[in-house]
Amino acid sequence: MLDAIFFYAFALLAVAGAVLTVTRRNAVHSAIWLIVSLLGVAGLFLLAQAEFLFAVQIVLYVGGVMLLFLMVIMLVNLDRAKQERQFSQQWPAALALAAVAGFGLTVVFRKAGAVLPPMASPAEQGNTQWLSEVMFRQYLLPFELASVVLLVAMVGAVLMARKKAGT
Amino acid sequence: MTDLLIPLILTVIIILVYPLLSVYIVLVERKVLADFQARLGPMRVGPHGLLQPLADALKLVLKEDLIPKQADRAIFWIAPVIATFTALTAFSVLPFAPRVVVADVNVGLLFISAMGALSALGIILGGWASNSHYPLLGALRSSAQLVSYEVALSLALLAPVMAAESLSMVRIVEAQREQGVWFLFGNYGFMMVPFVIFMIASIAEIGRVPFDLPEAESELVAGFHTEFSGFRWALFMLGESANTFVVACVAVTLFLGGWLRPFANIAWLEIPLGYGVPVLLFAGIGIASIALALRLKSRPQKIGLIGLGALTTAFGLALAVPQVNVLVTPLFWFFLKTGVIIYGMIWLRGTLPRFRYDQLMDIGWKGLIPAGLVAILVNAILAAI
Repeated sequence: MLDAIFFYAFALLAVAGAVLTVTRRNAVHSAIWLIVSLLGVAGLFLLAQAEFLFAVQIVLYVGGVMLLFLMVIMLVNLDRAKQERQFSQQWPAALALAAVAGFGLTVVFRKAGAVLPPMASPAEQGNTQWLSEVMFRQYLLPFELASVVLLVAMVGAVLMARKKAGT
Repeated sequence: MTDLLIPLILTVIIILVYPLLSVYIVLVERKVLADFQARLGPMRVGPHGLLQPLADALKLVLKEDLIPKQADRAIFWIAPVIATFTALTAFSVLPFAPRVVVADVNVGLLFISAMGALSALGIILGGWASNSHYPLLGALRSSAQLVSYEVALSLALLAPVMAAESLSMVRIVEAQREQGVWFLFGNYGFMMVPFVIFMIASIAEIGRVPFDLPEAESELVAGFHTEFSGFRWALFMLGESANTFVVACVAVTLFLGGWLRPFANIAWLEIPLGYGVPVLLFAGIGIASIALALRLKSRPQKIGLIGLGALTTAFGLALAVPQVNVLVTPLFWFFLKTGVIIYGMIWLRGTLPRFRYDQLMDIGWKGLIPAGLVAILVNAILAAI
């Protein structure tokens, strides 16, 4: 019962935050609503007993990514953009896509909801240890490959952002 | 029912007592800084300025509540709340003594760094919502500083986590008891490197001197809280001091054995360290302050100080009773160590000048992060053999 209340509260936080993120005109307000949405998702992770993901979601997304977003938004002067009429014409396309995705998810859950395996009981040792076993034993190679890809992307970004030599 | 009751009571105690503790930490800070500079510090309100914090708090609550006309009202309103709320939430996973912890979460340490990251939002949003130049600059500096030092901080936290094989704060302390060594001296003393990195990075993260660029008063008026006054300003200050306290508590838990007394696994030291030190300390302080109070001229101050001295002495003597001792000694050691760390931070504040912005970035990216990576590698190898 309490779980259900928390689930709907966090889900509402996530969805309402996401909607407000795209509808607010002020970029800083959008960023704040995105943070609210991310916190809602973090709460959902916690309800699913994935406490490691909960903490990492907050530390990385709110503490890292969103802080950088906010910094960039504050550096750029957005007062003009706020006053001018926005000519984003992607609303119909976005709504259509959202409707299709929503329909697809409903169908899947209607049909497969009963056959989906029940959530694995939380391991004795806890979510963090279990995650590290999977990541560093079972999927070590893909994990390391992903980190190499990220490193390459980072070096590439630095290279592109750097001014030409001599200037 | 009882397993819900203890956390609830603790929560209420923390929320009620911490603001009081925090204003007195501020008084200690002012007194110690004054001592470094050969001044007396606050002396007027109460004996030796002991009531100064209460007068300050009263003044702040009674002040007019100002919101600048051009400010973003909603965010201006919520920013100080975020700063205080997140800082106080971090208390919920701190183990003050065995079983004196609101919630022993198995990702406690990560929870604390998550709250640290959130509390910076209060500073950044507050600076932006003021709609004024100096606060905005403070907010920008704060976010850059936080992003830079978060990495080094997490790297430093990893070493004790590896040694304890857990992220739970309670478990980390118990691991130190089982291994019979405070993690500061673990791995043949090499854990001191992550400890130093942790202290530098977390002082930078909470924006204390010498890393107080977000509120550098000589450049930015008062940085992010320039436009805040009265109670809102007090909330920012409360959040800041709570952050300081949390950092000290985390340092004690991870590296200094939490609630354990020194040499916790040597049984015969129980009498001198478990009983002797706390009893002598409290009784000694009480008797000394009575002796000093007798020389005072003002009558109300004299009575007040003698009363305080008598209370302290009585508390010290009560500690000699085994039943009381078992309950209070862990708390005593925890807060003593926390106090030492906080004193160290005040000492740094009294000693070091503020870093320049480029120096701050150099220390973070070129100094602490490489050092943190090496420290992890070496500690992992040392822990494995």
